[in-house]
Amino acid sequence: MTPLSRPQMAWRAAQDIDNGWYVNLGIGLPTLVSDHIPPGREIVFHSENGLLGMGPKPQPHEVDTDLINAGKGLTTLITGGSFFHHADAFLMIRGGHLDLSIMGAFEVSEAGDLANWTTEDPSFPPGVGGAMDLAVGARRVRVLLEHTTKDGKPRIKVKCDYPLTAAHCVSRIYTNLAVIDVTPEGLIVREIVEGLSFDELQQKTGARLTLANDWAPLVPKLASTATH
Amino acid sequence: MIDKQVDSIAAALAGIRDGATILSAGFGAVGAPDELMDGLLEMGVGDLVVVSNNAGSGKRGLAALIDAGRVRKVICSFPRTDDPRAFDAAYKAGRIELELVPQGIISERMRCAAAGLGGFYSPVGVGTKLAHGKQVREIDGKSYVFEKPLRGDVALLRAHRADRWGNLTYRKSARNFNPVMAMAAELTVVQAKELVALGDIDPECVHTPGIFVDRVVVV
Repeated sequence: MTPLSRPQMAWRAAQDIDNGWYVNLGIGLPTLVSDHIPPGREIVFHSENGLLGMGPKPQPHEVDTDLINAGKGLTTLITGGSFFHHADAFLMIRGGHLDLSIMGAFEVSEAGDLANWTTEDPSFPPGVGGAMDLAVGARRVRVLLEHTTKDGKPRIKVKCDYPLTAAHCVSRIYTNLAVIDVTPEGLIVREIVEGLSFDELQQKTGARLTLANDWAPLVPKLASTATH
Repeated sequence: MIDKQVDSIAAALAGIRDGATILSAGFGAVGAPDELMDGLLEMGVGDLVVVSNNAGSGKRGLAALIDAGRVRKVICSFPRTDDPRAFDAAYKAGRIELELVPQGIISERMRCAAAGLGGFYSPVGVGTKLAHGKQVREIDGKSYVFEKPLRGDVALLRAHRADRWGNLTYRKSARNFNPVMAMAAELTVVQAKELVALGDIDPECVHTPGIFVDRVVVV
């Protein structure tokens, strides 16, 4: 069994973004999603510091220090893009104008509760940024996370142990092992990486899973060595 | 004749007192009024409450004010930056108070103040630690927390172009918090890269109308 690499996880999440959607990608792993949008789909990326139509990283000749993304890295604006101020950027988020928010997560509960803003590590001050606004405001919230912690503990649980970002907000979970939907009937497994059984997946998960009747193997069409 | 241009940072900041609430624009370093913040350090004011998305980076601006012990409290959404030493040190030593506010709620609380409103009900943070102590109300079956307006004594902005009436434009993502902070303070002070003649900014393209601006200094 080979778990998905981080670019492969981003690739998988990208396959589910429909043509015409307005999408916000969280800092970290979710930012890789924009590299894997299937050809032929026109997607508008929103950045909460005031951009619609965010493009890729600039080439050296395109660098403009007044043009950054939410992670404070340099970015570009594609043709058709626009700038606006912060209150409007978050009106778009809270008012249900975004089709999708993809965020990272420390933990997700079986009810779709999300914990991704603080581990309460006393060695540095907490920061929340736009995570709480995105979690309650976007029409769909999907998360990307490693299935377990570095020491093998589940990150998908009955209840989150870390402080919540928002309750009942996540609808789909992409991990390095599976694609799982959060439904009123509980967690439904749609896809599992090849070579991992459902029982093995269940053992790595802290909440009860149900295998969908039409489940499929999770086969990334992207080399695991792809780098970004 | 209206002329909001002043000829020095000191003149732009004149009258700002100890204990003032300062709205400091910018997202990270972009759109941040670094020279005005450095000017605050030079003029010696202290006991400040600073509202800013981040809590200062490196050794300039807000970070320098924090290092000098001039900031009593920071209201922000994400204190850490690529170089958060000043805030981290003050926070660990218990020398600074942090009010953590979700990013979109900081800007909305300022817009609320700017619009003369007494607060608003927000779904953000319901059931989380950041809603502790806040009134919760159910409206049409959904829970909201009450958020109060956030008003500044002073807003410090960074614009690209300004005219003598205080009409402003910003560049690209440097717009960020500038327009909403411009509207939410008693005294709004702008550092602009360029002062242009009245009428040179296309009226269709003014980002902040001059009514919100009190002083402009070219930096």
